[in-house]
Amino acid sequence: MNKLWLIIQREYLTRVKKKSFILLTLLSPLIFVALFIVPALLAIYTGKEQKFVAVKDDSGVFALPKDTSGRVVFDVKNESLEALKSSYKQQRYDGVLYIPALAGTGQGMNIQYFSEGQLSLGTKSYIENRVAESIEANNIKTFGYDQERLKSLRPDVQLSQKELAFNETGQLVEMDKKNSAGIATAIGYISGFIIYIVLLIYGTMIMRSVMEEKTTRIVEVIISSVKPFQLMMGKIIGVSAVGLTQMLAWITLTIALMTLAGSFLPMEQVAAAQQGASPFQQAPPEQAYAVAENLALLKSQNWAFILPVFLFYFIGGYFIYSSLFAAVGSAMGDDLGESQPLTFVAMAPIIIAIIVITPVIENPTSSLAVWMSIIPLFSPVIMPARLAFEPPIWQILLSMVILAASAFFFVWLAGRIYRVGILMYGKKGSVKELGKWLFYRD
Amino acid sequence: MPILRLENVTKHYDKHTAVDHVSFDIPKGVVFGMLGPNGAGKTSLIRIITSITRADEGKVWMDGEPLNSRHPEQIGYMPEERGLYKKMKVGDHLTYLARLKGLSAADTHKELRYWFERFEIKDWWGKKVDELSKGMQQKVQFIATVLHKPKLLILDEPFSGLDPINTNLIKDEIRELNHRGTSIIFSTHRMEQVEEMCEHIVLINKGKNVLEGKVKDVRQQFKDNLFKIEYTGALPPDLDTVDTASNAFDITSKSGHQLTVKVSEGSDSNEILRHLIRQGVHIQSFNEILPTINEIFIKRVGESN
Repeated sequence: MNKLWLIIQREYLTRVKKKSFILLTLLSPLIFVALFIVPALLAIYTGKEQKFVAVKDDSGVFALPKDTSGRVVFDVKNESLEALKSSYKQQRYDGVLYIPALAGTGQGMNIQYFSEGQLSLGTKSYIENRVAESIEANNIKTFGYDQERLKSLRPDVQLSQKELAFNETGQLVEMDKKNSAGIATAIGYISGFIIYIVLLIYGTMIMRSVMEEKTTRIVEVIISSVKPFQLMMGKIIGVSAVGLTQMLAWITLTIALMTLAGSFLPMEQVAAAQQGASPFQQAPPEQAYAVAENLALLKSQNWAFILPVFLFYFIGGYFIYSSLFAAVGSAMGDDLGESQPLTFVAMAPIIIAIIVITPVIENPTSSLAVWMSIIPLFSPVIMPARLAFEPPIWQILLSMVILAASAFFFVWLAGRIYRVGILMYGKKGSVKELGKWLFYRD
Repeated sequence: MPILRLENVTKHYDKHTAVDHVSFDIPKGVVFGMLGPNGAGKTSLIRIITSITRADEGKVWMDGEPLNSRHPEQIGYMPEERGLYKKMKVGDHLTYLARLKGLSAADTHKELRYWFERFEIKDWWGKKVDELSKGMQQKVQFIATVLHKPKLLILDEPFSGLDPINTNLIKDEIRELNHRGTSIIFSTHRMEQVEEMCEHIVLINKGKNVLEGKVKDVRQQFKDNLFKIEYTGALPPDLDTVDTASNAFDITSKSGHQLTVKVSEGSDSNEILRHLIRQGVHIQSFNEILPTINEIFIKRVGESN
């Protein structure tokens, strides 16, 4: 036990002390926060830059927007288009907008903008929307409708879901279901991908470390002091601690940096600017409502349940894949390419899992989703992806029990291969060869 | 009580028998040579002794006890293919290996200080292993092997890759450790080193124990009763006739003032000497020619193949 601890310490400290680790751990949150803040800042400052546009309106229906703080300030001119084109600069306009005479209701109407520079996507659609709005209002008037009444003709429909289930006494009961499909999808993808990426990164890290020990032959010295299984476990646990350290550091630093940035920047403005940074600047009110609703839904998720279960799958998956990669690493010689097929065998299940994550999330109760979240090689990616869709508790429990048992099984299996593999030189590790090693005596 | 006793030790890999019913004793406090051509099964044997693997059959005793989990801490093993963690600092590395051998933190520190002073390498403590030259790394590896004061030291080709100065340095350390009571298994195919360092040897070929014993005895056992005589003056003219007539000896070569004589089984080597002296030949030296371990090695391995 004491020796296992020594190995864990070494595996942990040598990695954590590396410059590359420190840099990656410190810089990633910085980059992440910068990625969030910089576009917002840009949006704040570029968003304030208004364009002044001279309008030549032959349709006679263009109404100036009431709000002069928009992206574009319009000015309807009486001069001829040609005159405007040649003099707009002297008059300190950024460009000239030409609205031709209206034909019918203006379907497929082409308006023109003359200037030296180019309009941003946002400004272009802003102008289009303003012109379209004016024409629409004019059309409504022409056809004799009342704009207010017209609005009232379109009802606001909301769908609320009821979940059907049988209670303990076998009665059919209905429960309110939160309209959280969008949030659940996002949580599903994010959870699945985080586990996928972390398992691959740390799996390969372990594989390379095992290979290094084997090719430098240090392993022979170490296992004349400790059991190969202790060395393998020490490595797996030590590296997992490295991963956890990095995650913790990332989370803490990101929160700290965000708070820090928040105290220097007007965050509401940043958020607003980010909203406005979309090309469709004037977000319809429903959309704004949806954002607020999503935020509320995000908060209403059962995090006390999701997070611990997520962590369980994370750890279970980590033990399965890191031991698989350790076994593969032990079977490799100096040449990485030589054992490519073996690496692929270890990676295949997790790649399959990430491929089926989309159909699973689209239909989280399908039999594909259920089976994939129970089979242990896939469940670490698939079950967390399903969690936000609230799968039946028996499926979660079954899957967790199977995962835990398999984690032990794979660690044991990998240990059998590892103890032989690390001492085997010049032998090409094939799947068949690995199978034989399983049954070698100590 | 021998430090190590092997009894019918056998180890199979797949269909290949790496060690085949090998038995021998290693007396306490000797330098014991384990010889054998490549692939003879030496490494497999060492791995069994160091508890890296287990014998399929047979028994191993260390210091009178069947091999158990406490023994690895009493053994220091330096494999032929040296290896250290390249990115680790020398001090940390040695501390790690010593602690894995069960040495306490305080003892580790004390021992390290001793060896760093002894090898005059105090400034290496904070250097990374891959900043050191190969010879320097070998020194570090040697310290790692002996730091925990093992009762039994197993050195697999300890001088390969060392320059003559470092070779002598390590040789002296081995002798010094041996004087202080450490038993040493010395595995090599450099025969001149065997004769220089070892008192006992075992010769392994194709997984079998082909030959074992004290170096002196083994050489005696394989001697051809050849003697070398150096003399001044002229040989007696009748020597050739005496030679052919006598069953006692046979002159195998004559060159300059040197004679090589094979004395027949059961005869006295003094007979030829007496004859020559009687004839007035002035003898300068008279030596028995014993086979070198190298010759025995080649002969025995050839025979068992």
